[in-house]
Amino acid sequence: MDNNRGRVVSVNGNMVNVEFTGAITKNEVGYILLGDTRLKSEVIRINGNTASLQVYEMTGGVAVGDEVEFTGELLSAELGPGLLTQIYDGLQNPLPKLAEECGFFLQRGVYLTAIPDKDWPFTPVAKVGDTVVAGDTLGTVPEGVFTHKIMVPFNLLGEWKVLSINGAGTYNVRSTIAVIENDKGEKKELSMVFEWPVKKAIKCYEERLRPDETMVTKIRLIDTFLPVAKGGTYCIPGPFGAGKTVLQHLTSKNADVDIVIIAACGERAGEVVEVLKEFPELIDPKTGRSLMERTIIICNTSSMPVAAREASVYTAVTLAEYYRNMGLDVLLLADSTSRWAQAMREMSGRLEEIPGEEAFPAYLESRIAEFYERAGKVRLKDGTTASVTIGGTVSPAGGNFEEPVTQATLKVVGAFHGLSRERSDARKYPAIDPLDSWSKYEGVLPAKEVDAAYKVLLRGNEVNQMMKVVGEEGTSLEDYITYQKGELLDSVYLQQNSFDPVDAQVTVERQIETFNVLYDILMSDYDLRDKKDVRLFFNKVRQAFLDWNGTAESDKSYSVRKAELITLYSEKKRG
Amino acid sequence: MQKVYTKIESIVGNVITVRATGVKNQDLAEVTTKSGVSYANVIKLDHDLVSLQVFSGAQGISTGDSVRFLGVPMRVSFSDNLLGRIFNGSGEPRDNGPALNENMIEIGGPSVNPARRIIPRNMIRTGIPMIDVFNTLVESQKLPIFSISGEPYNQLLARIAMQAEVDLIVLGGMGLKYDDYLFFKETLEKSGAMSRTIMFIHTASDPTVECTLVPDMALAVAEQFAIKGKKVLVLLTDMTNYCDSLKEMAITMDQVPSNRGYPGDLYSNLAARYEKAVDFEGAGSVTILGVTTMPGDDVTHPVPDNTGYITEGQYYLRGGHIEPFGSLSRLKQQVNKDTRDDHRALMDAMIKLYAAYKESVEKKAMGFLMSEWDEKLLKYGSLFETKLMDLSVNIPLEEALDLGWEILSECFEKNETGLKSDLISKYWPK
Repeated sequence: MDNNRGRVVSVNGNMVNVEFTGAITKNEVGYILLGDTRLKSEVIRINGNTASLQVYEMTGGVAVGDEVEFTGELLSAELGPGLLTQIYDGLQNPLPKLAEECGFFLQRGVYLTAIPDKDWPFTPVAKVGDTVVAGDTLGTVPEGVFTHKIMVPFNLLGEWKVLSINGAGTYNVRSTIAVIENDKGEKKELSMVFEWPVKKAIKCYEERLRPDETMVTKIRLIDTFLPVAKGGTYCIPGPFGAGKTVLQHLTSKNADVDIVIIAACGERAGEVVEVLKEFPELIDPKTGRSLMERTIIICNTSSMPVAAREASVYTAVTLAEYYRNMGLDVLLLADSTSRWAQAMREMSGRLEEIPGEEAFPAYLESRIAEFYERAGKVRLKDGTTASVTIGGTVSPAGGNFEEPVTQATLKVVGAFHGLSRERSDARKYPAIDPLDSWSKYEGVLPAKEVDAAYKVLLRGNEVNQMMKVVGEEGTSLEDYITYQKGELLDSVYLQQNSFDPVDAQVTVERQIETFNVLYDILMSDYDLRDKKDVRLFFNKVRQAFLDWNGTAESDKSYSVRKAELITLYSEKKRG
Repeated sequence: MQKVYTKIESIVGNVITVRATGVKNQDLAEVTTKSGVSYANVIKLDHDLVSLQVFSGAQGISTGDSVRFLGVPMRVSFSDNLLGRIFNGSGEPRDNGPALNENMIEIGGPSVNPARRIIPRNMIRTGIPMIDVFNTLVESQKLPIFSISGEPYNQLLARIAMQAEVDLIVLGGMGLKYDDYLFFKETLEKSGAMSRTIMFIHTASDPTVECTLVPDMALAVAEQFAIKGKKVLVLLTDMTNYCDSLKEMAITMDQVPSNRGYPGDLYSNLAARYEKAVDFEGAGSVTILGVTTMPGDDVTHPVPDNTGYITEGQYYLRGGHIEPFGSLSRLKQQVNKDTRDDHRALMDAMIKLYAAYKESVEKKAMGFLMSEWDEKLLKYGSLFETKLMDLSVNIPLEEALDLGWEILSECFEKNETGLKSDLISKYWPK
């Protein structure tokens, strides 16, 4: 079939209207031909014989009458071995390779293949004569530490019979490894690579499960009080400078998952560079290999074309789902979803749609919900469970959580880690506000004890508020002790020094050990005469606790410091 | 072929429309009116209806005036002849020098590939202790100065232009008062810094469209010099005027406003400009220092708010000096470990003591009794403010650090400073 063609009739920013003949599909990809340069764009509205295209590039130089070529394909991501360690832009262009070709600047209209042209040692799993359906494993290749499954393309409908499959051996990623046929007699030659439209969720699993296993981040505040489950969703809203990106970087280093996909969406390029330069040097304690080997970076930074920013989060989640279908736990970190929402807003304005709140389009909420719903824990056909966890930052205008993007996100996520300006100004990191934030997932510690500790924090905060009015003199000794307990919990447990090599990441075992000691301190009564006595006592306990926190488990003094702390507070314990 | 069109269909705000064919988006055109020739660029195409924004404003344009399309996008001349020159927002000379037409380069070019960026590593010395010591400016950084109208931000920029250790200064003025323009010109001429400066100036009475072109012009030129190996510092004042011009133009174009009348793409527009700050591996660099005046001293106003999400920190200019609190250079950690071994520790200790001083001042104001410690802090605070915070202080980093030790030793005992003993024994004035 000949591809459809059309001609540009109007240009408005990154939206171009095109008159076409024949049939075209909504969301299919078209290229505007500008001499030798082809500008990728997507059909977002069709009206009569005019299609509106959002262009993924700058539209300078486009003229009325320019030819447009429609591909008939939806915007798709290439899936196959070799995705790990890659750095892509929002349209899955490999950036380092682009730099080799074009130099310092991102030249528009240059599109490279996403999957590197490479040979892989292939081990077949399916046999000739087997009946397979979409998502079934044909064979495997080793990709770093992972067994990368070569699957039957997800878009094939019905049952297929394997006519031939290559034996074990090394093949190019794009060469044919199997031929399959369906009952209508259609034959398909399959390679290790196939495409999938990014805006459609990948299914091909048995069923979705409730996310019930904690995804450990090694951040005490999160794992104990505000846990995130594998297959769950969470969001991190916060004003600028509160440490959203730092928190995401920490999570991407420490999270207890197989693969991390970082979608830097409309944020500073400098932050991506830090990841780019740092990750290859860092060792993943789980595998002993470089952290980069479990990472994919999709980066469409703030100065790159806006429409591609919208595509970048979809590309990222598609790659996440692809690896999930191999039985892996994947974490997708999107920074920041507000920029993605703003990209939608810009396009909506150009389409002259009736604006909603703060000029965001009316479909903002459903788009955000759709995106977060692509997370989940699933049982695959072979019985293994796998998950996609999504964590998105939100950059609310003016730091005000009442704005549409934060509110739409809060409706659909399972945990809310709200960063506060007050805590970051007071250098309390991570600056997650423990009182405002919430989580619906189960943590690594018994809920009953965590709740009790949380109550101390709440009550301590109440006393603190009261003390601001009535002063220290007007506060009872008992209340003052509660206040000091709350402060202790905050400074030795909720706050974590990300620059300290030991305190920066705390294992679950250690969290449990630490928490049990802390719990005992919080729940005990003490023989203390007056407020000065209380203050001195808690200062000493805090100091001893922080010393213990900063000592590695392997260190000889670890148990000594723990014992010192216990003796210190037990001496004053009542009863 | 350059056809001339002599029928203007509509004139709304600064935007005119003509019927023409074969015109490309963002192309430049010449509009000839009774009062002279002005440039305009194509911002929208709809069948044969072409919308252009006229740089000098649409005032005085008649429907019978002629429009000639030049077939090229907006460009600016780039050569060493630019040095010491002053241009307006359309790239025409503001001084009495000749117009430059050689080696034209496009403005608003593509973004730098993130894979080719490097981690910033060089400090830019400004001779201002509040910057050098406490919030170091780093090559390729983008930093705004958050300020309110009436603060001496232009004086500060002029000082930085004179003192900063860079090869080249590009000054972009947007909505400048004419007096401020003259102030910059005279100050830089007097100090001899003019020979390494290029100015693109839009004054408050100039047409709005030109205001939005200034950052692009300035940054395009800066970028070319950087590729040639020059260390360029771009000073932009005032970005709030730039945003207000964008707002004005968006509203005349019937765009739906998003927040307090500003267009929805404000963030993208600001980011595209600020992200031009870059360090080219093996060549020069572009560093951007902008002024953002906060209407009503409100940091949640859309302009400072969006700016804060883009830039790598901010300086607060309040009461005539750079505030030690709130001001932040996110990149200072990359460089202040290699300056002098006491830099970081001294910086932290002095800020902590200054915070304690602020508390003492508050206590004093509320009529509490001043302890001996409070008295020490009060003395320290006033010395800190006069010797280090004052904007007229111009000393190199090392001297500023020594001065810091001197102030500490004048006010405190060694163990009251919270500094490590080995640093004290090395630097405490004998």
